[in-house]
Amino acid sequence: MDRFAWTSGLLELGETLVVQQRGVRLCDGEEKVKFDSGVLLLSTHRLIWRDQKNHECCIAIPLSQIVFIEEQAAGIGKSAKIVVHLHPASSNKEPGPFQSSKYSYIKLSFKEHGQIEFYRRLSEEMTQRRWENMPAGQTIQVNKDPRAGRIRAVGIVGIERKLEEKRKETDKNISEAKEMVELSKSIANKIKEKQGDITEDETIRFKSYLLSMGIANPVTRETYGSGTHYHMQLAKQLAGILQTPLEERGGIMSLTEVYCLVNRARGLELLSPEDLVNACKMLESLKLPLRLRIFDSGVMVIELQSHNEEEMVASALETVSEKGSLTADEFAKLVGMSVLLAKERLLLAEKMGHLCRDDSVEGLRFYPNLFLTQS
Amino acid sequence: MSFAWPWQYSFPPFFTLQPNGETRQKQLSAWCALALAYSRRHRLPAMTVREAQDSPLFANRRLQRILCGARAPACRPLPSLPSAVGERLLNPHPGKLPLESIQVVLEELRKNGNLEWLDKNKTSFLIMWRRPEEWGKLIYQWVSKNGLTNSVFTLYELASGDDTENEEFHGLDETMLLRALQALQQEHKAEIITLDDGRGVKFF
Repeated sequence: MDRFAWTSGLLELGETLVVQQRGVRLCDGEEKVKFDSGVLLLSTHRLIWRDQKNHECCIAIPLSQIVFIEEQAAGIGKSAKIVVHLHPASSNKEPGPFQSSKYSYIKLSFKEHGQIEFYRRLSEEMTQRRWENMPAGQTIQVNKDPRAGRIRAVGIVGIERKLEEKRKETDKNISEAKEMVELSKSIANKIKEKQGDITEDETIRFKSYLLSMGIANPVTRETYGSGTHYHMQLAKQLAGILQTPLEERGGIMSLTEVYCLVNRARGLELLSPEDLVNACKMLESLKLPLRLRIFDSGVMVIELQSHNEEEMVASALETVSEKGSLTADEFAKLVGMSVLLAKERLLLAEKMGHLCRDDSVEGLRFYPNLFLTQS
Repeated sequence: MSFAWPWQYSFPPFFTLQPNGETRQKQLSAWCALALAYSRRHRLPAMTVREAQDSPLFANRRLQRILCGARAPACRPLPSLPSAVGERLLNPHPGKLPLESIQVVLEELRKNGNLEWLDKNKTSFLIMWRRPEEWGKLIYQWVSKNGLTNSVFTLYELASGDDTENEEFHGLDETMLLRALQALQQEHKAEIITLDDGRGVKFF
């Protein structure tokens, strides 16, 4: 813990926020310290921890201090952790909360989950080492060259001219970046001044500024499979929205149809495909009246719990038998289904042995499976 | 008497190799049975794969006409293609078993002991509607029934002699006869020998 230094928590020029996570405790090696509840932020250059109760308490460590990281799975009563092994503190380090430590590693304890995403992002940053390309917080040192002539010259003069051009470009970038820095400073100050908490509205605006700058949404907490609070809420919402449309469409819809329907209904806060799929994966475990089903072909559908595709297959067999044979198109028209779902139903019937296929240049046609029924 | 085609021969899915395992097994059994019956009826000699593709065994012309006529008014005529490669690239025609599927059927026949490849490249084959061992058994039954063990016969005598006129193996072509005798040889019930003017066999 002695590698940490006090910081304002503001991002430097050239430093970008990658991901952040609430509810993180810091440990000095195996020992607990007073930093037990904070927001952990990962930027391209540093790992920053800010106390959730006292926003002024903010410490950071440069990513270059990290030797390697490892995951520690959660146990009973214990949160999942990331163990961060560190280089010894450099002699010119800024002052921090600890002068010395008997450990060369710290542990990040994720009391509110999010460790999987955080670990992934941290590993990425460790691989990419972006802090090496973008030295943050440095002022640009340039030689002011009095000779401003447009003489094409090689040698030292040429080099100096190039430097001059770079300086002009950087000045331009700096002035543009200044706006952003001002903005984030003002927001950070607001938080500090505690003039009421930062409002929901302002948080959303701030997030959208970050998004427009190309920073990933800082509040995604993707933990594959186990679901998050967000996806759970979303799943419940979907159950409400989709009940009637499903009933109107015979109890089954393809996931793409669902995606279009849901996003049209939401209007502004559009859902990403990943969020939709993750929410749908939770439908069954949340005991909601719909479920996600994935066919062998990979096609994903949402069905009502009451819907039984295997029973529908029996009626499909009847329909095909009546007509002698049918293609997916013909079947879809007859029954009033989308061609995609019609094909899946016929394929399922084939898999169950009720139908067989005739595949030729004329197309794919399904027949009752006389191979099995006729001796 | 014209050959009695099985009901599957007029069933379009018969000419598409079925993806469902259970269905495919039934389909392949039906194909093998048809191939053997056809081969027996028409006394099929050794064939090339090319010939097999054009044979009525694997292509039902009548079905093709029905299927093409019913669905697409302008059905393109079935061309006789210059090369096997060209055929592979085209989609399969209705009522015609595609080359790859024919090879699956041939392999199934071989596994059952009813087919023999005559060259390393698997271009020509012989369908044995009765397996050599089965022929050998019939021949040996006749031999022992008539007390002819320890006798020597020429191949001609066996297959075409007056004494065997009523036997099933009468008229059996030399290739099959030899294979049958080789099977018996394996069982130490016979030995193929060389005579003055050809080959013969001694039974034990």
